[in-house]
Amino acid sequence: MRYSGLQVLAQGLTGNRGWRPAWRDPAPKDEYDIVIIGGGGHGLSTAYYLARDHGLTNIAVLEKGYLGGGSVGRNTTIVRANYFLEGNSQFYSHSLKLWEALEADLNYNVMHSQRGLINLFHSDGQRDAFVRRGNMMINQGDDAILLDREGVRKLLPYLDFEQTRFPIYGGLYHPRGGTARHDAVAWGYARGADRRGVDLIQNCEVTGIDIAGGRVTGVQTTRGAIRAKKVGIVVAGRSSQVAAMAGMRLPIESHVLQAFVTEGLKPVIDHVISYGMGHFYISQSDKGGLVFGGDLDFYASYAARGNLPMVEHVAEAGMTLMPMIGKARTLRSWGGIMDMSPDGSPIIDRTHIEGLYLNCGWCYGGFKAVPGSGNCFAHLMATDRHHPAAERYRLDRFATGYGLMDEEGTGSQHNLH
Amino acid sequence: MQIPCPLCGLRDSREFTCKGHAVTLDRPAADAPPEEWHDYIHLRDNPAGPTRELWYHGGGCGAWLIVTRDTATHAVHGATLASEARHAG
Amino acid sequence: MRVEGRGLIDRNTPVKFQFDGRQVTGYAGDTVASALLAKGVKLMGRSFKYHRPRGVMTAGSEEPNALMEIGTGDAAIPNTRATVQEIFDGLVAQSQNHIGPLDRDLMAINDLLWPFLGAGFYYKTFMWPRAFWEKLYEPVIRRAAGLGRMTRAASPERHEKAFAFCDVLVIGGGPAGMMAALTAAKGGADVILAEESAHLGGRLLSDSQQIDGIDASFWITDMRKALAATGRVRVMTRTTVTGAYDGGSYGALERVARHLPSMPDLPPECFWRIRAKQAILAAGAHERHIAFPMNDRPGIMLAGAVRSYLNRYGVAAGRNVTVFATNDDAHRTALELQSAGVKVAAVIDSRVDAQAQGDYRLIAGAQVIGTKGRHGLREIAYRRGSRTDTLITDCLAVSGGWNPAVHLTCHLGARPLWDAERQMFLPRPDAVPGMTAAGACNGAMSTDACLREGLAAAKVALKALGLATPRGLKPPMADDRAGACETLWHVPGKGRAWLDFANDVTTKDVAQSAQEGFRSVEHMKRYTTQGMAPDQGKSSNIAALAYLADTTGRGIAETGTTTYRPPFSPVSLGAMGAFAQGHGFAPERHMTSHAALTARGVPMIEAGLWYRPSYVPIPGETTWREACDREVGMVRNAVGVVEVSTLGKIDIQGPDAGAFLDFVYTNTFSTLPVGRVRYGLMLREDGHVMDDGTTARLGEHHYVMTTTTAAAGQVMAHLELVAQGLRPDFDVRLISVTEAWAQFSVAGPLARDLINTVLDQPIDDAGFPFMACGTVKVQGVPGRLFRISFSGEQAYEIAVPARFGAALYRDLVARAETMGGGAYGMEALNVLRIEKGFITHAEIHGRTTAYDIGMGRMLSPKKDFIGKAAAQRPGLIDPGRERLVGLQPVAAAGVLSAGARLFSAGDPQTRVHDQGYVTSVGYSPSLGHMIGLGFLRHGPERIGQKVVMVDHLRGLRVPVKVVDPVFFDPEGGRARG
Repeated sequence: MRYSGLQVLAQGLTGNRGWRPAWRDPAPKDEYDIVIIGGGGHGLSTAYYLARDHGLTNIAVLEKGYLGGGSVGRNTTIVRANYFLEGNSQFYSHSLKLWEALEADLNYNVMHSQRGLINLFHSDGQRDAFVRRGNMMINQGDDAILLDREGVRKLLPYLDFEQTRFPIYGGLYHPRGGTARHDAVAWGYARGADRRGVDLIQNCEVTGIDIAGGRVTGVQTTRGAIRAKKVGIVVAGRSSQVAAMAGMRLPIESHVLQAFVTEGLKPVIDHVISYGMGHFYISQSDKGGLVFGGDLDFYASYAARGNLPMVEHVAEAGMTLMPMIGKARTLRSWGGIMDMSPDGSPIIDRTHIEGLYLNCGWCYGGFKAVPGSGNCFAHLMATDRHHPAAERYRLDRFATGYGLMDEEGTGSQHNLH
Repeated sequence: MQIPCPLCGLRDSREFTCKGHAVTLDRPAADAPPEEWHDYIHLRDNPAGPTRELWYHGGGCGAWLIVTRDTATHAVHGATLASEARHAG
Repeated sequence: MRVEGRGLIDRNTPVKFQFDGRQVTGYAGDTVASALLAKGVKLMGRSFKYHRPRGVMTAGSEEPNALMEIGTGDAAIPNTRATVQEIFDGLVAQSQNHIGPLDRDLMAINDLLWPFLGAGFYYKTFMWPRAFWEKLYEPVIRRAAGLGRMTRAASPERHEKAFAFCDVLVIGGGPAGMMAALTAAKGGADVILAEESAHLGGRLLSDSQQIDGIDASFWITDMRKALAATGRVRVMTRTTVTGAYDGGSYGALERVARHLPSMPDLPPECFWRIRAKQAILAAGAHERHIAFPMNDRPGIMLAGAVRSYLNRYGVAAGRNVTVFATNDDAHRTALELQSAGVKVAAVIDSRVDAQAQGDYRLIAGAQVIGTKGRHGLREIAYRRGSRTDTLITDCLAVSGGWNPAVHLTCHLGARPLWDAERQMFLPRPDAVPGMTAAGACNGAMSTDACLREGLAAAKVALKALGLATPRGLKPPMADDRAGACETLWHVPGKGRAWLDFANDVTTKDVAQSAQEGFRSVEHMKRYTTQGMAPDQGKSSNIAALAYLADTTGRGIAETGTTTYRPPFSPVSLGAMGAFAQGHGFAPERHMTSHAALTARGVPMIEAGLWYRPSYVPIPGETTWREACDREVGMVRNAVGVVEVSTLGKIDIQGPDAGAFLDFVYTNTFSTLPVGRVRYGLMLREDGHVMDDGTTARLGEHHYVMTTTTAAAGQVMAHLELVAQGLRPDFDVRLISVTEAWAQFSVAGPLARDLINTVLDQPIDDAGFPFMACGTVKVQGVPGRLFRISFSGEQAYEIAVPARFGAALYRDLVARAETMGGGAYGMEALNVLRIEKGFITHAEIHGRTTAYDIGMGRMLSPKKDFIGKAAAQRPGLIDPGRERLVGLQPVAAAGVLSAGARLFSAGDPQTRVHDQGYVTSVGYSPSLGHMIGLGFLRHGPERIGQKVVMVDHLRGLRVPVKVVDPVFFDPEGGRARG
């Protein structure tokens, strides 16, 4: 069923009884060419691109809960391509281009809104670092504009330019940055993959990975054994556990990142704002809630929830940056499980087991990566060659020291990002 | 969350910073092979359950602690001084 | 309509406020909702999507409909529940989310378009043409969406935050909570009793009941006195416990002065961080609505709320009230209304076997199937068997039973348990360590059971605390009728039946969601937005999931709930972020020279938490460059003074101090002679540079380390980890002395002359050579002197105890000025260090290795040190890495720019050809042109080559020459002079 304004009209006139399921609910088959473990954003987009770009459709996506129930349904919805290190730069640029064509491609309105993102800076040193970032963005073919204080004031007149603790020197403006409706991204890919014949199997938890002679042969699940020629692990938040089923130890620690939404408000914030001094970023959803987040709680966690110290810190950052926010009320706070890699950048690679592929380590950058990650992972799984945009996301970079991508400069070891 | 500092008693987690798994204390020998160093610096069991972590009481006595904590529930089971880890074996 | 003889309001104190520009008079003790209802105002708001006219539905914080803007101008707070906001003289309330007057909202057009605006319609359209999303569709959607308005200016209000500690936190001040608090206090526990509303009593305030043979209101008074008499109970009314966190930590919002006109001495709100050893949840229950057709009109309320308005506020919600219920409990509504003289049209009970409990018309086995009345209910239709009939009525009191308020038990991730027999979700035992649920939130639906559970829960808490249960405390005699209840989630029929009133989610939406494959309860929530409004579905989530369960043929237990998340009710960011507005966000650290500098009007800039002088202008200078150039010249030709106390200083003592330093630095310090200073480089274990600085050996077992300003805290924690955890075998102790010493850099050819004017014993070059250190007396004060240079000039750092810093700074600057020198700032300091090729965190930005900055040889091969193994990885010593170089424009007037990229001449200026970047630049008055530092692939091998510097952002393309990073005095003779 094709979605369109006309379809909405036609269905509305006939009692909305004609809407058909966005995806089937198939029982797992005994064997697939490819099994994707994980029905989150990355797993679903991998399946979609395997089908769309590589003509592979004998695929199952196995999801232990409901589709899109991981980080893709629990984030601050920011989409951007403002990285500055070789590796990340080309990858996120690639991903943003896929975003820009996503609605037409999926026939699903994911509400990708390129409302512009502004990174604020608060010292000469920070400005220099952002100039370096902006120049790399333009090198890569993306967009960046350097704003001085007055330039920021023009776009964001409600920031505190007079009293705030760390004065605003200016900002790096990324007009193509923005937001998207997070759940819709998962659903759009799910529907797209299903329409191309991929089996999306929910409530199906993988309990083991079958390996024979150094080669993957299938998986054990709560809904029975499934044979597969290739298996992809795309389970950010549970990567260590699933990889352990294949005897692997990963360079991953799981951490909690909290996010927040306020009660609905008429439009007050038209852009995405990132305030590094307070580890604070904010935008306003189309529904009207202010969506904002902060830094990690900084302890390992699988609980998908955090604690008050970071909650308060985030509120405090908001108060010093844009004191109007004091009048808004936090409606809901939640925590996501972050696959933290040592250098803060992801992994899309083969493993030492033939036919077993790994996609993990998205840290807190996973949402905007959904199209790019699936696209590049599909390329790797289908062709056994790295996609040029993701060729730096190698698992062995930590052992060799080649191609580390530590955007924050805090170090390529754990608990620093 | 509260951390039972062996020197200061039960204190709010705001006084502490966490530095990840306590394997950091098991530093390889200087001449250990690169694989061992890679394992030490980068690879983690990352358990969803009880774990041993290093916490620094920077807002208190300055002690580094080995805290036993559950990553699934955040329950804190105890803490010992990192300086006594070797003696405890 | 007011009813005589009822309510806790003070009828002797009229209170005047405004609603939508009209003056309304209520009484002290009224909420906005009760005062408006008393005046017969039914229409209080508009729904989110269809802009349906809406009236008040509840009498508590779970209100989905009556949300208002309270206050005026920049102080106005949107989305305030009229059911919670108490009135005071001068309060201004405005309805929200409408265009034009509330009763003629232009956006109500949406209601006619409802067939096209069902679940998820926006995912299926607005896709063409692509560019229209940001330009047209989204702006229109955004303006239509949202609820209340918020101005973009700060509110003049200032909230507060505080900590509180107790043995037992009792959440909810109803019968269960009061009983629990009294028992716990009598057992010797310190108790906080938090109650969301203005009064203790809970449902006892809303229902006429007797306890121990007396009217419940007298019993509440007795309890209040008994609680006070224990001396152990802190009663916090108007306080909502908003979240349960780890380790017995709770968040709570107290509306300290929200019910008062502006009070300069009181914060409007206070956010409490409560640490409780034990907690008792006695949060009560939320009444269920029933999804019957057109169930959303103003005048349709929850039955318990109708009783609350009657008994708490003396207000009849209608003149001719009908009750529609599934349970015995709701029949009280009819009885209470009748006893207050309000006409009851009928009680419609869905149960065939329902019995009347008094003299009112009972229509048993019937269901409401339709309603009329655009801005207020006029008529209902009901069906009994195959017959349908209508009733004229202006208020419909609905009860589908009760949902225990299990929210806080779920905040740590536990899911509630479905009790099939009682048809309700109940708290999972031990869901929150140390928390016991009691009363209605635990499924106890009679007052008697609530009192007993409150007492029992207190016993559990006392036992956990190691305290004995007080003797002789028995629950009082109270009503033990829980009342029968049947389950009725939904009445089929023509017209929409709302589940989530706030977000306009109807049963059709849930059905459509299931039809489209969104069958998981989380999918349904996210697809329909059920439960995502300000009330978070408190009165609708259970009904919605039950309807989904029906629709999909699953049980409720199997369907499960969505996740309950904090806060229980919304918390203002102003309270949670109290004190942070303006400069309160982070501490401010001032150097000892701060007052002297600011008195001179020196522009101070942030350096982490510190403030440092940017430049130190003299009269006549109009730009920073003028001052900076002069200051650089001053240091190069005379003498300059700057405070460097912000650098971290760590005192390291013990027999193994030298060995310890050898382990944390890449180079060797154990061989450093006493009285000498050495530059040291420190790596992280990942092999990258963490920090650099100088360390002085003051004695055989005594060193003092200097860190950079930025890394001071990080280095201290790191050294402690090494000393305590990695090398406990070392006999060494450390302490940060950053704030104990004020330290000043005195630099320039006349530095020694200046220093000697303040030293009790003058020094000379031979006795105190370059990189020497020692203790000195500075005008009688014991101090320390280090001959180190960050400018390349003859330079000293002189340190005195911090309390003498301000005096010494003024003295040094005054003396310097007589010698043609003076104070300098960060801009000049930066130029001076670039001229010498000295690095800062602009260069050691976390990704650089010792090899990158040309210090590979400082990695001692003779010993182990932190980061050694990782630094030897091939990727970290590859010659093709971006490595430190000096840069200067080919043309003398050429401009350099920090953050610019470097390209080989002739290459396209794109990422794949990128060769490096510029980190630091400055105009060198000594050399007469700009100079810079940067990182370039194969850098040192390319010295002498020309490359192109490109700053896309600033539109610069500048040919530059790659040079040695040391621009000035490469032999270093000046520092040794």
